[in-house]
Amino acid sequence: MMMIFGVPMAVLMGQLTLGLVNGAFYALLSLGLAVIFGLLKIVNFAHGAQYMLGAFAALLGFRYLGINYWLALILVPLVVGCFGMLMERFLLRRIAHLDHLYGLLLTFGLALIFEGTLVNIFGVSGARYSAPEALQGGMNLGFMFLPVYRGWVLVAALAMCFFTWFMIERTRLGAYLRAGTENSQLMQAFGVNVPLLITLTYGFGVGLAAFAGVLAAPLYPVSPTMGSSLLIVVFAVVVIGGMGSILGAIITGLSMGIIEGLTKVYYPEAANTVIFLVMILVLLLRPAGLFGKEA
Amino acid sequence: MNTAEAQATHSHLGAPEAQSLEMLRVQDLHAFYGESHILHGVNFDVKRGELVTLLGRNGAGRSTTLKSIMNMVGRRSGSIVINGNETLRMKPHHIPRLGIGYCPEERGIFASLDVHENLLLPPTVRSDGMSLDEIYAMFPNLYERRKSPGTRLSGGEQQMLAMARILRTGARLLLLDEITEGLAPVIVQKLGEVLEQLKARGMTIVLVEQNFRFAAPLADRHFVMEHGQIVEEISAAELPSRREHLNSMLGV
Repeated sequence: MMMIFGVPMAVLMGQLTLGLVNGAFYALLSLGLAVIFGLLKIVNFAHGAQYMLGAFAALLGFRYLGINYWLALILVPLVVGCFGMLMERFLLRRIAHLDHLYGLLLTFGLALIFEGTLVNIFGVSGARYSAPEALQGGMNLGFMFLPVYRGWVLVAALAMCFFTWFMIERTRLGAYLRAGTENSQLMQAFGVNVPLLITLTYGFGVGLAAFAGVLAAPLYPVSPTMGSSLLIVVFAVVVIGGMGSILGAIITGLSMGIIEGLTKVYYPEAANTVIFLVMILVLLLRPAGLFGKEA
Repeated sequence: MNTAEAQATHSHLGAPEAQSLEMLRVQDLHAFYGESHILHGVNFDVKRGELVTLLGRNGAGRSTTLKSIMNMVGRRSGSIVINGNETLRMKPHHIPRLGIGYCPEERGIFASLDVHENLLLPPTVRSDGMSLDEIYAMFPNLYERRKSPGTRLSGGEQQMLAMARILRTGARLLLLDEITEGLAPVIVQKLGEVLEQLKARGMTIVLVEQNFRFAAPLADRHFVMEHGQIVEEISAAELPSRREHLNSMLGV
């Protein structure tokens, strides 16, 4: 069997795939955080809870309404996104004129409420959600064995990242978003309904988190706390990438996943901390982040 | 008669006579930033097709007057009637849709948008704005640099862009804040030509200007501001005899 630095090829590729899949989740989630932060200037601490709500909505939708995976992949981000828009419209907007720290505290509080409520009802052990039959099983690629569902997650997440990048960088609505991020007051003076733009943007960011949640449901146990543990890593990824750039969030997310995967192969003890080590290095050498704009 | 003229005539016929002559009327306008009271009862009016200036020293309240018209300050009281519509209670994003183009002092060119995107950014407020071809003919530099990020342009080019993008929207009332500030004489001259052309097209223009030599030959009337009020109105005809007085007031 082929060995690379003393590790069998198949093991290395397997861990790389795992890392890439994790990275795809980091990318999707940090992308949503970056979009929200850009326009609202709020660090959305509810992002992990919204991701969890996405997974739960898929699970409960299947259990009680018979909504299948494919339908959930479309419906859940829309429903949770609309829920996010209500949060923005009736809670976040009320404190938009205050220091942005209050937004952080409010979203953090909401996250705790969502998690706590669901823990009360469903407990913390987590439930299984099975992938649709078409995506079960695996493929032998010759050099490695690829579980079909993981391959699908990678494809779907990357497609969604590309879609988001395209919407923001190449469409008129995206130009509004970019301009509003720079100077929302002037956008109002041009006749753009900025409050509506803010509501839609928050809804979109939340929808992205819910989409990631549905993708994650067949991979990880669906539990009320699944988001909070992930979110800490995602924040580290955002700090590494910097808040400035959409493409930066995607690239950083994927590469941090890969770094984590490689660490699992070569020095498993550090696998859970390597991202935070990178974060400290980046903070010391380039405080604005790898892709962030220096203030 | 082309369609744009037909539309313009039509809207004239629809409005009462007094309204059709008057584009903007500001009465007893007070404005506040937080606790500080900036405007203390500003009164002036602008007729359709007129070019007026707001003159005065720094801090007299000229930029704040424009911002108040756009509802960009903290709190306002008084009355601002645009084209027959009282706008004091209007949301900020509804005001431009009455046909107003605002060019801020800092120009407000977006760094994350290229020149072309900057140009297309403000939504059209009326159907009869200038076409992209007309705009690129008026500002050939912008066409050459349409793929560059907005803030890579020179100061003069940025100012041209800030002007050009509100011309595309079909705005008929332009509020221009210090458009010649810090620009080379040849660019200032070009801006003067542009304003002449806009006047010829029937635009109504309120110009906040520091450069009196630039503004004097263009304007129909001048309003002098001091301590958040209009203290003097001088028509173009009165200007030669009042020039010295004006210079002493402006401190030039």
